[in-house]
Amino acid sequence: MYEVIAFYTFSLLTIALFGVVVISKNALYSMSALAGGMIFIAGFFFMLEAEFLGVVQIIVYTGAVMALYAFGMMFFDTTKEVRERVHAQKVIYTLAILVAVCVVFIVSGPIVGQKMQALYPSIEGVGNIQMVGLLLFTKYLVVFELAAIMLLVAMISGILLVSDRMNLDLTLKDEDDKEREMI
Amino acid sequence: MGEMAIVIETVIKAITVLAVVAGMAAFATYIERKVLAFMQRRLGPMHVGPHGILQLAADGIKLFTKEDIVPQNSIKPIFKIAPVIAPASAFTAMAAVPFFPEFTLFGYTVHPIIADINVGILFVMGVASVGMYAPLLAGMSSVNKWALLGAARTVIQLLSFEVVTGLSILAPLMMIGSLSLIDINDYQMGGVGSWLAWKQPLAFVLFMIAGFAETNRTPFDLIEVESEVVSGYATDYSGMRWGLFFVGEYANMITVSFLVSIIFLGGYNPIWFIPGGLAILLKISFFIFLFLWVRAAWPHVRPDQLMWLCWKVLMPLALLNILLTGIVLI
Repeated sequence: MYEVIAFYTFSLLTIALFGVVVISKNALYSMSALAGGMIFIAGFFFMLEAEFLGVVQIIVYTGAVMALYAFGMMFFDTTKEVRERVHAQKVIYTLAILVAVCVVFIVSGPIVGQKMQALYPSIEGVGNIQMVGLLLFTKYLVVFELAAIMLLVAMISGILLVSDRMNLDLTLKDEDDKEREMI
Repeated sequence: MGEMAIVIETVIKAITVLAVVAGMAAFATYIERKVLAFMQRRLGPMHVGPHGILQLAADGIKLFTKEDIVPQNSIKPIFKIAPVIAPASAFTAMAAVPFFPEFTLFGYTVHPIIADINVGILFVMGVASVGMYAPLLAGMSSVNKWALLGAARTVIQLLSFEVVTGLSILAPLMMIGSLSLIDINDYQMGGVGSWLAWKQPLAFVLFMIAGFAETNRTPFDLIEVESEVVSGYATDYSGMRWGLFFVGEYANMITVSFLVSIIFLGGYNPIWFIPGGLAILLKISFFIFLFLWVRAAWPHVRPDQLMWLCWKVLMPLALLNILLTGIVLI
């Protein structure tokens, strides 16, 4: 019974918060709701006894949404409302609703048809982390390593894009100039 | 019936932890003022009660009865939520910390841990770092230059220390082979010689430094340092809202002290003639004292120095430590 209560509480909270993310025009509200929603999703993992994934969800999204806040801080005045210029509203809404309905069918189809089977059912007595590790380093090794390389590529290109004046230390340079002027 | 008993037990444990830790956090403010005073050759609070011990009550009354000011142009809902996040996440993190060894009360074995999950240490660290949202949201919602600077520094701080915490803890975990804090504690059962601090001294120091950054203590209290940004994220706060931030900070200090003692210093295993429960309390007290000692002795660092330290010194050291541990283990 408690699981049912927890499930409905978390689902309501998550849906409400993600609703705020989409509807609100204030960047600060949206980002805070996003952070909250991402953390509430971890609750579902805990209910499914996938504690490791739940904790990873919390850790990863804390840092990720935090970085998003940093961008929000740099690009917007977060206290004012953001004005969106939307053309062809009807088309966008129709497409979005259609896609959402499709996703619901794709996900819930196998559950309704009862054709869902675990390819790698969890073994009794083997912990969460061990199972994830086992699958990552045997069955999904190539995918795992490729994803790592992709992230590395993204990181290096990111550094390259901003590397114009990386050899100059900004804070030290300012002070040097000021000191020279003073002399 | 069985399920109901578990629920009641958990609720009682949660309330106990909340009450005791909140009390300890309040008491820590008094200790902090006394220790800092003695280190600076002053007396500290002296007038309220014997040696100023009732200063706590006076401060509490002051905080609760102070006018609650919400700035006119601030974003009010977020401004009001932000102070709650700090203590909420700090106390949630404690759910997975085993405080004491098991003991029997009226013929009933009590496990002094609220939720014994397999990934205890990750849970504690992850949820504790969610607490950094409190200064971030506070700084961004109160429309104030200093607060915004404090919020920007919060982001810098989180992105710097989180990598170091994670990587430094990895080497000891490789030796133990489990993420459960109880297993980590049991790994060091063989007395003082088996403490992980001797086998992983580098990881111990790195984790301690990252702990200081996580709890915003001097030398890394750059998000609220008075000499640079007035009071940082808390500039616009007053009364109990301001107090909540500090309940969260002290609760976090206690959590970090528990984590360090359990992971590196043998946890609640008995030492010689000292029983386990007392041993861990002594260790906690020492670490709380260390936090205060460092505050009295060390200057602040600048944000760029913090980033330099975390990314260019501590992270490579942590990686090196993992590599060496791996080679030794193989």
